[in-house]
Amino acid sequence: MTAIAIDSQPKSVSPTRLRFRDSFRRHPTAIVGGVVLLLMILIAIFAPWLGTIDPQAVSPIRRLKPPSGEFWFGSDMLGRDVYSRVLYGARVSLAVGIAVALLSTLIGLAIGLVTGFIRWLDAIVMRIMDGLMSIPPVLLAIALMALTRASVENVIAAITLAEVPRVVRLVRSLVLTLREQPYVEAAVAAGTTMPRILLRHILPNTVAPLLVQATFVCASAMITEALLSFIGAGTPPNIPSWGNIMAEARSLFQIAGYLILFPGIFLSLTVLAVNLLGDGMRDALDPRLARRM
Amino acid sequence: MFAYVVRRLGATIVVMAVVAFVVFSLLYLTPGDPAAILAGDAATDDDILRIRAKLGLDEPFFVRFGGWVWALLHGDLGTSIFTNLPVAHLIGQRIEPTVALTVCTLLISVAVAVPLGVIAAAKVGTWVDRAVMAFSVLGFSVPVFVLAYVLIGTFSISLDWLPVQGYRPLREGVWEWFRHMVLPSTVLGIEYIALIARITRASILDVLAQDYVRTAQAKGLSSRAVLLGHALKNAAVPIVTIIGIGIALLIGGAIVTETVFAIPGVGRLTVDAILRRDYPIIQGVILIFSGAYVLINLAVDLSYMYFDPRIRY
Repeated sequence: MTAIAIDSQPKSVSPTRLRFRDSFRRHPTAIVGGVVLLLMILIAIFAPWLGTIDPQAVSPIRRLKPPSGEFWFGSDMLGRDVYSRVLYGARVSLAVGIAVALLSTLIGLAIGLVTGFIRWLDAIVMRIMDGLMSIPPVLLAIALMALTRASVENVIAAITLAEVPRVVRLVRSLVLTLREQPYVEAAVAAGTTMPRILLRHILPNTVAPLLVQATFVCASAMITEALLSFIGAGTPPNIPSWGNIMAEARSLFQIAGYLILFPGIFLSLTVLAVNLLGDGMRDALDPRLARRM
Repeated sequence: MFAYVVRRLGATIVVMAVVAFVVFSLLYLTPGDPAAILAGDAATDDDILRIRAKLGLDEPFFVRFGGWVWALLHGDLGTSIFTNLPVAHLIGQRIEPTVALTVCTLLISVAVAVPLGVIAAAKVGTWVDRAVMAFSVLGFSVPVFVLAYVLIGTFSISLDWLPVQGYRPLREGVWEWFRHMVLPSTVLGIEYIALIARITRASILDVLAQDYVRTAQAKGLSSRAVLLGHALKNAAVPIVTIIGIGIALLIGGAIVTETVFAIPGVGRLTVDAILRRDYPIIQGVILIFSGAYVLINLAVDLSYMYFDPRIRY
């Protein structure tokens, strides 16, 4: 009885969720992006069970074989299975993309929140950020990678450092707008402490724009990782990543184009998926921007 | 107006000082001792100490920074560890292809992207608009080198219309130079075009919602006159801003493009320097590129005075 009664009740959906869902319906590309991204994440997680062999297993007799029933994506100059390497490569790209998005958002948020409220610190920090932003991000990441040992962790750190100033700028501009809002002034007048104002009144309002920014950071981080690996300053060669596979195939391009084609397609598709998702989220979370961008 | 120029110049000098500090710190934090590298494998500890003293490597941080900046202001970017040649000389040798590539890309991109953005805005909501926006998302998503190989495969290998790789200096003939420039510039420009087209569209759409545009339409101006005469100039500030900021994409992309197309420019110099851990070169390249980037954006800031005279104050 009670079960039926509950079922017959109209489900209450918050207006925000309704708007969100509605916007997604109007932006089917965002759904496509989300599905493709989810697929890539599943591929990365379940790579060992998707008909792959050891991505590092060399087989010199069977090197540079074009795609076939045995090697779905062909084999490279050491006879390694490109299909396995590409699937395992998804792990590096996604790990770097997601880690950089998370880290740079959190670090940028912390710095941006504090500088937005402490005036004397603001001047100093923003000059440093201006300086960092004047170094093209790829170049800064290259310089940092040249300083350190090649490893996935260092790639993440280098790209994060290059991305942080842009997040700080965004957070700071949000904070500067938000602190002029009447409800913040009211909180100040009521004697609320600054940490509490930051956490309760400012922080929640930065979430939506930051979420959108994070997806774009994720997309650009994946491209930068591939780019660093491609020029030999990124993920070490013993870990298969899309950039690495393409870097190793550079000199073989004319005879074995598939070596670049498959990782290239996977990389482009993943970045495209993240970008579509980001565009969709921006439109859904900020309808005013939707018309403009 | 004078005050605005002075203020912008002042800010630029501060930014350049911060860049110099960051770049110097990078070298300072370098693991490994340049003195030990220069001394070679057979050197004794005394040799290394002597070289370190000779190079001033045993001085405190700020003394070294001061000396380094002083040398920098005299055009001395340091000496390459491996070739023992001045970095300024090495960069000078390689600068032509890089400047040719980036300037070429810049001109083509702006010439393509701004009209694309204007058309998309004028036809907002139609298939034309959607096509431009779809192209824009694609442009952001396909990495430079992936696109490069697709285009080389199509136009150089399959169709055999254009050279696969390489560079011809301008003085050896404009036609050959142009043929070698087409693919690299296209590849390098795609993301930049995507960015500029997107901002142009957004900016024009913003302006089209303004009262003075409605007035212009009401007094019977053609939509062409409204778009080009009223909308474009008023939408120019965000557009030139993104053209300036986007130069960062060109610089990062040039390094990869030069690698793919075997263009002997500064980008290749950088990649070789990374592989050999030749830090002074990396440092010099970052300084030159960042300096160019900052100066271009200073020029962009000053151009605001033309596009929007209110900014002078």
